[in-house]
Amino acid sequence: MSRAARVVFEHVSKRYPGTAEGSGAVDDLSLEVPAGTTCVLVGPSGCGKTTTLKLVNRLIEPTSGRILVGDRDVAGRDPIVLRREIGYVIQQVGLFPHQTVGQNVETVPRLLGWDSGRRRARTDELLELVGLPAARYRDRYPAALSGGERQRVGVARALAADPPVLLMDEPFGAVDPLVRERLQNELLSIQEGLAKTILFVTHDIDEAIKMGDRVAVLEGGGRLAQFGTPDEILANPASDFVARFVGADRGLKRLALARVGDLQPADVTIAHPGDSAADARARVVADPFPYLLLLYADGQPIGWIGGKDVPGDGELAESMAVSASPLLDRHTTLKDALSMLLASSVQAGIVVDRRGAYQGIVTADMITERMRPAAESRS
Amino acid sequence: MIDWPWMADHLDELAFRLVQHFFLAAIAVGVGFVISLAAATWVARRRRLRGLLVGTSSVLYTIPSLALFAALVPVTGLSVLTAEIPLVLYTLLIFVRNFLAGLDSVAPEVLEAADAMGYSPRGRLVRVELPLALPLIVGGLRLASVSTIGLVTVSGILGDRFGGLGFFIFEGYRRVFATEIWFGGIPAILLAVAVDLVLLRVQRRLTPWAASEAVATGRQAAGAS
Repeated sequence: MSRAARVVFEHVSKRYPGTAEGSGAVDDLSLEVPAGTTCVLVGPSGCGKTTTLKLVNRLIEPTSGRILVGDRDVAGRDPIVLRREIGYVIQQVGLFPHQTVGQNVETVPRLLGWDSGRRRARTDELLELVGLPAARYRDRYPAALSGGERQRVGVARALAADPPVLLMDEPFGAVDPLVRERLQNELLSIQEGLAKTILFVTHDIDEAIKMGDRVAVLEGGGRLAQFGTPDEILANPASDFVARFVGADRGLKRLALARVGDLQPADVTIAHPGDSAADARARVVADPFPYLLLLYADGQPIGWIGGKDVPGDGELAESMAVSASPLLDRHTTLKDALSMLLASSVQAGIVVDRRGAYQGIVTADMITERMRPAAESRS
Repeated sequence: MIDWPWMADHLDELAFRLVQHFFLAAIAVGVGFVISLAAATWVARRRRLRGLLVGTSSVLYTIPSLALFAALVPVTGLSVLTAEIPLVLYTLLIFVRNFLAGLDSVAPEVLEAADAMGYSPRGRLVRVELPLALPLIVGGLRLASVSTIGLVTVSGILGDRFGGLGFFIFEGYRRVFATEIWFGGIPAILLAVAVDLVLLRVQRRLTPWAASEAVATGRQAAGAS
């Protein structure tokens, strides 16, 4: 079951008789989501994006048209069997409050009749994958978790039986912006490893651009206004509706499409507490970038020391460093990175890996440099 | 005032009546529980039937108990059925209301998630809806048990073969003998309290997650202040 499967909509309509436009109807939708890619359905409320999602696992039946998962028409399949092959994550999470985190995660494996040893191993593996140490979280009840932790469990539960397709309905809509950002980045890195076919619903164009390999913009009445890569949609909106929906700052939004990982981080003078100050001073003075970055032994940044503030003798100490730089990871978008840099006094962000260890730095100049060729070619 | 020696002489009878009382109540609560659970799960998602069931059980509840016992005598005679039918009927309203409230208390997103995970309708009912309704189901059980233990005394109107501890109350009334009224009344109260406490413990055992919810709610309340 682990191979991703494409999802195809062929002239799919869902009408709700006697209701006005904006009721979640879908009008003659045709699109294909290639296997292993993420398609974000985005649009104003009532545009039918959630309906579209629920048509895939047959929580809602279409009025007309055909939906394929893999090469099979979902209409011909037992909905219960079908749903066990499709992961599902919703905004309110919908964890079972009477079951522990572990029991929640193993829901679909249990329904599929896996033996308990295999279920347990899978549950622990998934909890680790979503960043919740199994030993600490497995036996807790959902009520004892924060919103972000619950949503992580929701994602683990959806992935439990290794479904080829994942449906996500505003999965990060109910958590605060900081947690949302983290969860988005985590999902992106999980998806890098798993390559599921994901259908992701949001009303937030920024989230759509960030999460989607392709974006389907839906307008009122459930019509598909545009379907393309995020860059295509930002660069060439197909209609006034799309242009208005993506917003006047779509140039800036294109910044959101590139990530810190796309840049080659620059090197900077580094040293560790206890190193010879004289030696460090000599190195930083020789460097055009006049700041010394102090790191712990495991590579985690402590902070900056201005080149002139590095003493001429003795040893470097933690207390000399001023911690003033934003930390960036390779999934941070250039837009966020630039925005963080503009607000910081050092004008350089420290790129760290998953364990928080120093990789290099990124400056505002590097980011604008990266966007310039694209901007010039379009003018 | 109180005739202690009389009491000491009647302890055997007290034990017999206490056991009888318990079983008359237990049968009624058991039968009422099963009927109500079946009915409530069946009508829970059917709006019109649901109104009918709640309406009917409410009307039944308004019938005076004494009248109902008496009215059944010509139909079912002085049999155990005559004692049990009214007792069962009176549990219905309590059970049906609590069971429906329990099923209603399950959050819609939990039901949606259960469907989307691939639970069959029956699997969803058994594994998700009923467990989550348990606090209100057991709450209904406690209420119905206490209420039925009280009502069993009234079945003493049917003669000395019924009534449980109510036998002493009717006897004491007839003979204007206060000691005998207390002799029946106080143990009936104690029985009700004891059963309620046992069921409360059962409730806590069955719903371990509720403790963690209480902690979470408390934490939110503390955080808000």
